[in-house]
Amino acid sequence: MAKGVWFVAEQRDGALRKVSFECASTARKLADETGDEVCAVLLGSGVEGLAAELGKYGVDKVYLADAPIFAQYQTDSYANAVAKIVKEKAPAILLLSWSVLGKDLASRLVGKLATGMASDCVELRMDNGRLVAKRPMYAGKCFGEITFASDPQMAGLRPNVFPVAENVKAAAVEKFDAGVSDGDVKAKVMEVQKDTSGKVDLTEAEIIVSGGRGMKGPENYAILEELAAVLGATVGASRAAVDAGWRPQSDQVGQTGKVVSPNLYIACGISGAIQHLAGMSSSKYIVAVNKDPDAPIFQKADYGIVDDLFKVVPEVTKAAKSLLG
Amino acid sequence: MNLIACVKQVPDTEAQIKVKADGSGIEEAGIKWVMNPYDEFGVEEALRLKEKAGGTVTVVSVGPARAMETIRTALAMGAEKGVHITDLDNADAFATASALAAAIKEIPFDLVFCGQRAIDDDSAQVGSILAELLGVPQVTIVTKLEVADNKIKAVKPIEGAQLLIEASMPCVVTAQKGLNEPRYASLPGIMKAKKKPVDVKKAADYGISADFKANVAKMMPPPSRPPGKIIQGDDPAVKAAELVKLLREEAKVI
Ligand SMILES: Cc1cc2nc3c(=O)[nH]c(=O)nc-3n(C[C@H](O)[C@H](O)[C@H](O)COP(=O)(O)OP(=O)(O)OC[C@H]3O[C@@H](n4cnc5c(N)ncnc54)[C@H](O)[C@@H]3O)c2cc1C
Ligand SMILES: Nc1ncnc2c1ncn2[C@@H]1O[C@H](COP(=O)(O)O)[C@@H](O)[C@H]1O
Repeated sequence: MAKGVWFVAEQRDGALRKVSFECASTARKLADETGDEVCAVLLGSGVEGLAAELGKYGVDKVYLADAPIFAQYQTDSYANAVAKIVKEKAPAILLLSWSVLGKDLASRLVGKLATGMASDCVELRMDNGRLVAKRPMYAGKCFGEITFASDPQMAGLRPNVFPVAENVKAAAVEKFDAGVSDGDVKAKVMEVQKDTSGKVDLTEAEIIVSGGRGMKGPENYAILEELAAVLGATVGASRAAVDAGWRPQSDQVGQTGKVVSPNLYIACGISGAIQHLAGMSSSKYIVAVNKDPDAPIFQKADYGIVDDLFKVVPEVTKAAKSLLG
Repeated sequence: MNLIACVKQVPDTEAQIKVKADGSGIEEAGIKWVMNPYDEFGVEEALRLKEKAGGTVTVVSVGPARAMETIRTALAMGAEKGVHITDLDNADAFATASALAAAIKEIPFDLVFCGQRAIDDDSAQVGSILAELLGVPQVTIVTKLEVADNKIKAVKPIEGAQLLIEASMPCVVTAQKGLNEPRYASLPGIMKAKKKPVDVKKAADYGISADFKANVAKMMPPPSRPPGKIIQGDDPAVKAAELVKLLREEAKVI
């Protein structure tokens, strides 16, 4: 019988990403209910040292494939390697983070392992020894509980939703031969163009300050950037602002943009169209600044200010600055 | 070039979604159905490639009888023919991809387009599973595409970077907003679409059964948010200070 709660650790440039700790902590919690082991699959080049870091979050064992071919995530090399060790050891549960690369890998694995997966989950629990995954569907207009008829039971974890909990384990390292060579890589990453702005991606940001059509023009985003700098936030945008060319596509939050779950989402001059809400309604706290008291965003907001954003936002920045220094 | 576009019919993004009382699914009454917005980008890209390099665009859809409208929409945009698999309602991603793969294997193909995700199940799985079942590479969430010398070059944004990816053809590409601006069907296009051939199939024709690996056991409305607080007053500075205080002391998020 399939045993063990596994997850695929995500590292980039030799550093583990926070989503890996979210997966580790969640895997630990599930495994403690069934008395199972938590195992991580770690791929990379020169990443053996990361195993101990995973141990901090409850990982008993790390299956490691350490080779130059794994330096950069590529679908074929990663999916072949993970599929090989998973088929060999047959875990009951396999978790991945629902990051951009996590979902690419996870979905390819569903094909390779001929199994079922719940995408973009916000809650996982065990019921009679089987996994039950809860996830938003129809852009968060409803939720579904997913059950699995095959193993491994796979789930993708929405970033920033699952808590990280320390729980120190020894994290034994077992190297495995992934049996992957350059010839297997049919889709090759030729170049990685890094965003040098140092901006935290919206999907990983703890605080987002977002602006919509109410910003009136690209130059006015400076007032959001100032607030964001004080709060340590990332600036986002509505589709109206992106389509107007004020902000890049990568800033768009919503149904055809990014799905975000920050601790705090501050919507400025955004009406709260259903497609925008689709991308941010799982934020823990929502603030709306809008001059129209009937704007739908106020129905989702924990705190609202009905006023001109050009008067309010600079004052919020001032107040936050004097509080946070 | 033999181009394939997978299209799914989904509720319009504006649609109100109500869960049935017994949690078995959603109420379909009153829903306006449309082509999944990401699939529009896929169809558009396929049409542009055909217009540049010649070839045929075939659209494939798994869905109930009404999904024929979405196939016709793609034909009206300019696709040549369609395949409609009519009986895998609410299938999981693996079964859906299996049906698509079976249909596509019967047609020569160089490039298969999917949307990066369907906005009903929001699962973002089918394109990759399909690629695996077809035994070809995938490039997902693509915002820019070039095709030359039996190869594709694609741009894929990830957190904090863009990847430039080269893949051999045939392959599967999943389309993201930014790839192109989809056209509307013209009136002559709509007239012509009525006469274009659509092959109507059953899953059983491909040996695919309806036992799924992942099942939606129960659906429920979203958790309700407690009613919010509107900060009252006339002076923006006073309201701003109050907001900051609440975020600090009540919400504890700054
Ligand atoms: C298929 C599809 C997909 C879509 N996907 C997305 C998506 O991913 N993301 C997204 O955001 N939208 C999406 N949309 C678009 C969505 O329907 C809305 O059009 C869009 O969200 C509106 O953006 P907005 O709130 O910035 O603009 P508006 O709706 O125009 O709202 C502007 C708001 O600013 C307020 N305002 C104006 N001036 C001020 C001021 N000085 N001070 C304070 N408030 C002010 C106004 O009261 C108003 O409420 C999609 C639409 C479709 C059809
Ligand atoms: N029933 C279906 N019929 C045709 N294509 C589909 C179907 N389901 C999914 N797809 C394709 O796969 C993409 C991703 O869907 P999903 O994995 O369900 O989010 C969609 O944008 C479509 O291109």
